[in-house]
Formats: sequence, structure tokens, C-alpha cells
Amino acid sequence: MISYIIRRLLIAIPTILILIVASFFLIHFAPGGPFTSERPLPPQVLANIEARYGLDQPLWKQLWDYLTNIVLHFDFGPSFKFKDRDVNDIIAQGFPISLTYGSLAFIAASVVGIVLGVVAAIRHNSWIDYAAVSMGIGAQALPNFIMGPILILVFTLWLGWLPGGGWNGGQWQYLIMPVIALSTSYMGNIARLTRSSMLEVLNSNFIRTARAKGLPTRSVIWRHAMKPMLLPVVSYLGPVFVYVLTGSVFVDLYFSTGGLGQAYVGSALSRDYAVLLGVTILYGSLTVVVNLITDLAYAWFDPKIRY
Amino acid sequence: MKDMTRLAMATLLSSTMLTGIAVAQDNVPEGVTLADDQTFTYRVLDEHSSVDPQIVEDVTGSEIVRDLFEGLMNQNADGELVPGVATGYEVSDDNLTYTFTLREDAKWSNGDPVTAQDFVYAWRRAADPETASPYQWFMGLTSVANVDDVISGDMAPEELGVRAVDDTTFEVTLSEPLPYFPQMTTHATLFPAPQSVIEEHGADWTDPENIVSNGAYVLTEHLPNERSTRERNEMYWDNENTVIDRTVALVINDENVALTRYLAGELDRTEVPAGQFPRLKEEYPEEAISFPRLCNYYYTFNLTDGGPEAFQDVNVRKALAYAVDRDIITERVMAGGQPPAYHFTPAATAGFEAPDLEWMNMSQDERDHAALDMLAEAGYGPDNPLEFEMVYNTSEAHEKVAVALSQMWKQKLGVDVTLANMEWKVFLEERGNQNFDLARGAWCGDYNEASTFLDLLDSESGYNDGKYSNEEVDQLLADAKTAENPNELYAQVEQILFDEMPVIPVYHYAGVYMLDSDVGNWPVDNVEQNWYSKDLYKVAE
Repeated sequence: MISYIIRRLLIAIPTILILIVASFFLIHFAPGGPFTSERPLPPQVLANIEARYGLDQPLWKQLWDYLTNIVLHFDFGPSFKFKDRDVNDIIAQGFPISLTYGSLAFIAASVVGIVLGVVAAIRHNSWIDYAAVSMGIGAQALPNFIMGPILILVFTLWLGWLPGGGWNGGQWQYLIMPVIALSTSYMGNIARLTRSSMLEVLNSNFIRTARAKGLPTRSVIWRHAMKPMLLPVVSYLGPVFVYVLTGSVFVDLYFSTGGLGQAYVGSALSRDYAVLLGVTILYGSLTVVVNLITDLAYAWFDPKIRY
Repeated sequence: MKDMTRLAMATLLSSTMLTGIAVAQDNVPEGVTLADDQTFTYRVLDEHSSVDPQIVEDVTGSEIVRDLFEGLMNQNADGELVPGVATGYEVSDDNLTYTFTLREDAKWSNGDPVTAQDFVYAWRRAADPETASPYQWFMGLTSVANVDDVISGDMAPEELGVRAVDDTTFEVTLSEPLPYFPQMTTHATLFPAPQSVIEEHGADWTDPENIVSNGAYVLTEHLPNERSTRERNEMYWDNENTVIDRTVALVINDENVALTRYLAGELDRTEVPAGQFPRLKEEYPEEAISFPRLCNYYYTFNLTDGGPEAFQDVNVRKALAYAVDRDIITERVMAGGQPPAYHFTPAATAGFEAPDLEWMNMSQDERDHAALDMLAEAGYGPDNPLEFEMVYNTSEAHEKVAVALSQMWKQKLGVDVTLANMEWKVFLEERGNQNFDLARGAWCGDYNEASTFLDLLDSESGYNDGKYSNEEVDQLLADAKTAENPNELYAQVEQILFDEMPVIPVYHYAGVYMLDSDVGNWPVDNVEQNWYSKDLYKVAE
């Protein structure tokens, strides 16, 4: 097990390196640069700026300097757009915010989604099932870029209960709408997935055997059906956890939370190379770690899997 | 002694007369009861790029910098020059040397006096290649002696034509006369900078805990992509006449969300999304406002050999320009009180008077007929339809305008237009490399004078992406730099532009806001929208 984890982490290093190199060249080959502006800068002014940010060097040299700065100083470079800040500042400020509402949305989506799915499966074809399925589909049909404006309209303008945006250090009133907006569509997916997985498990032979032995329904579900049922759900939850952090750009846009999603998309549009690469590396590393955790979780859920 | 010093003295006299009155707030009319909470909250589209006066390049950042720092001159509600740190200035007879007299009571927020040396430091810093400011082009525009050599690194920053004669006398030497030079001192790039603070904290000097500024406000909070707050600077020389205590800028990217939050009472000011003004004006007549701004919106023909051959024919260009029903664009599509454009320079530009152009006196019906005739003369018609592609940067409003234009041309002239939108940076690159047939263009004046627009069509201009070139225009623009009455020359340029139609003017911008009716003194007549929190006030409701 330990050797498996170490092996996986070692493989992660070249993976992330490839990610950096590929992103580095992709963004540099995109048309326009960080200092392409409506008023073309006079050549001398542009030269001064490029010298300041090392953009006058050949590409391989820029890449090499970039990598050595990360390895030696853990310095991801300056932002080309936000000239008062550097990439480390931007990540240090935005990531905790994304992490906070992203984790809360993840927990809300998983708990509510799984409960809905399990209840629907147990009461298959009853009104509870239909209600849960319609809720799930309804939630799925409302992605966060639709939920955002609707929530603000209802809770801020009509009811006046919640502030329309901002973060305010993560005060609860400011958290509610971002978490709801981000979690609903995943919640619907998880509910559907759980329901079908549970139905399949409940129809399998070992459950019939357990029932035949005369075990009470509660014990059949909790002791025997739960773990195998969760297996496909867990494989979906891993990527979802990364998605709720990376896919938060709409939440950042609509609720002015100051999270990292907006900085990420903004950096791509403004060709802010260093910010874009920095956040890509962060998300890439996060994906690697979450995938590893998901794989380890499999072993707990399914005794057939051993590392 | 030129006009400005007289104006400055008059302003000084009037404010001297006011001192001694209990509430000497000369921008609040008599009989107004001020609100207890003097907080002004407004929406900004994007996080500001910087609050360093020599670095800042975006409108959002400049608005904050204008509150935090004060330059030699300020603008009043009409956009006219009024004294800032300088009480006035004198110009030498050859128009090359400007001597500014600084007020003695101007202070930094840490209590240090603001001296001529602070301006010398800031101006050298702006031109220094080390600073690598994107606004070095603006320094180049000031024509301060040696500025180009300093920017290129051929001369030390100390060689720049600025000098502190003594603590309160700042002298600028220009390499050539520039009639609008004093206006340029209201721009952030030329604001003073606190040398000791910058040297102590380096790039972190603009953090709220480090920053020292000389304007009416100090930066007290900055939460990136969320909000920034500036509060009254007790050291400011005119602090007792400042009413607003706190100004908060909230970053809200989506304009519809911003409008919702405005209506929920979270904001005092926000922009009105395109097309929504008529509805809001009816529902909130006191709050929905529209006024002309110093920006134009146009389409430019690619006149290079790489562009369509048809566009080399002036009849084709004119036919397309004539067939645009500008009233439909301004009243139905934008619907925010934008003035339709029949010439390049906005009518709101100071001193600019448009010549009497032929098509301004025609009805749209007459223009449509003329357009058909001109297109037929160029050899295009039902048998040989004109085809081209028009490009614009991705945006809902630009798309609406482009669709309307292409439909007008299709229906009236039978022209087949393909629409193409591009992401902003790609669009700039493609347009800059003349990879287009017809491209959207827009410009907001850097200063309030017609040359800020007309210079764009100079053969040498970096923004002349259609590569229009006319020696007569170039000569007129060059002459205007030193002419006694440049506006006559600008009118001549507009006449030539009408005759040759290198661009299709569509409309001129309007500021379209929802502005809470308890906000007093918003400068709707300042076409550049250079506003200062210190001039605003909030009325008790």
C-alpha cells in the first residue's frame, strides 16, 4: 500500500511537468500577448515591458527560468495584468475562498444526492421515488450559471434576505447562495447515479440471499448494499471534487466571491501567462492527489481491489 | 500670465470668501440636508490593474487613483481645469516652459509636505525604462524635453525636462509647444509619488497597510475581485470641504447581476445593460440617467491591398455608410440615449464644431436612395452582389449592432455580409495585421480635444488599422498641434473624412447609469467622466 502511494506520487512528477510544458507552449502560441492592447504600444515602451518580465528571452529560456524559480524559490512569477500582485499572492488570496465554498458545495451535493438516490431506490416506483427523481432532474437542469442570477433575484431583490454578493471573510450569509448555485447540478447527478446503482445492487444475488436468510431490510441495506452501491458514486465524486473548485468561475462571476475560478479564466483572456500557468499547476496537482485518494477509497469499498 | 492663472486666482478668492462660514462645503448647495452616512458605493466591471499612479492603465484603477492622489490640476464638474496641488501656472512666451506654483498646505497622508521634488521623482519614474510602465506612451505624448531618449534608455531619467526650482515651484520644459499640455496633468501618470515609501516597500507599497497618498482619500481595504475601500484623508489640504467619508468599489462582472443588486439597494451607481434603458427610465425616472461621453463607435474598411478590392472604391464605402440607419441602432438596439454619429469626432468634444456635412441634412430615405445609386455606379447590384466579412470582438452588444448593420445592407443594397466574432486578443491581433475586410473600432478620448480622435486616422498612427492614408489629413493634423485655432483644421479633416469615408461612424457613446437620487453633484457634464469622490455628497432621504 505504502509503496503503491509512493509509486503514484513519483509518477505524478513527470505528469505535472508535461502539463506545465504543454500549457506553457499552448498559451504562448495563442494569438495576442499580455501586452497586446487597443492602443499598440510604441516599440520602445513594449521593449521595456518585455525586458522587465523576461519576455524578450527565447521561449526555452523563459520556460527554464520559470521552472527553476518554482523549484528553487517556489516563486510562480509576477502577474502581467495585476501589477501590484504576483501569482503567489493571487493564489494565496483566491484558493482558500474557492476551497471553502467548493468543499461545502461538495458536501451538500454528496449528502443530499446520495440520500435522495437511496430513498428513491428503496421506495422504487412510489411517489417518493418520482419526487426524488424529478428533484434530481430539476437540479441537473439548473447549472450554476442559471442558478446564480435566479438566486440573486429571489433572495436579494424580492425577499431581501441575503446580500447579493461579496465574501466578507466567509460569513455564512455570503456563503449560502454560492454553495446552492454550485451544488445543485452535481446533486442531481449524484442522486440519479446512486438510485440506479442502488437498484442494481438490490436486485443482485447476494442481496436476495441476505433477504432469504431473514435479515431485516435495514440491516440488508446498511451492511450489505451500501458499500457496493457507493463504488460507482465514488468514482464520480473524485472528479466532481476537482470540478467544484475549477468550475467555480460562474460562482465567482455572479457572487463576486473573489475565488480562483475567475482569476483563472480572466488570466486566459488577458494572456496573463504566469497566473494561468500557476493556477493550472495547482489544479493539475489537485487532480493527481484526488485521483489517488479515489483509487485508495476503492480498496476500502471493494475487497476485490488490492494494491 | 495666461488664462489659467487668472482662473486659479478667481477660484482661490471665492474659496477664501467661503472660509469662516460654519459648514464651508462649497460643492453642496444651500438648503440641502446631508445624510448621516456619507458612503458612496459603486459597481466596477473588473478588478483594477494597479493603484500605482505611474503604472495604472485601466479606467477602474484610474478612478481609484484620482481619489487617492492629486496631480497639479484637477477637473471640475464640467471637465474644466481647476487647481489641484498647483494653485496655477505660468507659460513662457515661446510656450515651451511651464512653471507651476504648488500650494504650501498640500500634505501626504503621513503628514509630510507635498513638494515639487515629489513631482520630479514621479515624472522621472514614469519615463524610466526600469519602471516599465505601459503608460510610457502617455509620457511620450507630453513632449517633455528628452522624454523619448529617457524611455529608450539613451539618457538617464535625471535628464528629463523637469525641475524643482524650490519646494513649491515645479518647472517643466517641453521640446515643442503643446496647447493641451496642462490638461494632461489631470492624468494619473503625472500624479506625484512618495519616493521614501516606494523605496522602503518596493512593489508592495500600494498595499493598504503601506500606501501613502496625497489625495482626498487613502486606501484602507483591498479584497481582490471583491471590493476596495478608500476613506477620507485627514491630512488633505481641502479636507474640510470634502463630504463623502468612504467610497467603496464593488467588483461585479455581470451587468445584470449588478443591476439587480442596485435595485436591492446595495449600490449607489451601476451601468445600464444595452437595451434596458427605456424600461428603467419609465420605472425609475429619477435614477436612470444618460449623457454624452467622449467615445466613438465605428467600422473601419481595410484599405490595404490585402483588403477587398471593392473597398478601394469610394462609392462602395459611401454607399455602405449611407445605408446605415443610425436612429435604429441608437434608439432600438442600444436604446441608451447614444447620439447617432455622422462624423468621427464626438460632438461633445470641447471646442469641436462639426462642419455641415451633406448627409446630415438628408432623410434616411434619401440616404438609402443615394446609397443604391453609388453602389450601382461602382458596378454592384443584383447581378453582381457585393460580398465581404465583418469582424467584431465577442460581446452581446457588438453582436446586436453587427446583425442590425448586416441586415440593413442586405435589405437595402442586397449586400451579402458574413459576420465573424473573435475573442478580444485575437481580434486585436487580426485587426492589427490587416486580416479583415471590415472591422469594428471604438475609441475613448485620452484628453478632451478633437485630435485624440482624429490622430487615429493619421497615416502613421498605430491604431489606424484600416491603413487610411491622406497627406492632406496628415498635414492638417500636424498644423493643428501648434495652430491658434486648431478646431477649424479639425473641421476640415472631418470634411475630407466625409468625402473619402475611410470609416463608417455609427454612434457616439453615452454614459448610461442607474444613479441613486440621493447622490449629489455627479458630473454628468464631464464628458471624460473624470469624477472625484471629494466633489460628491449624499443627501438625507
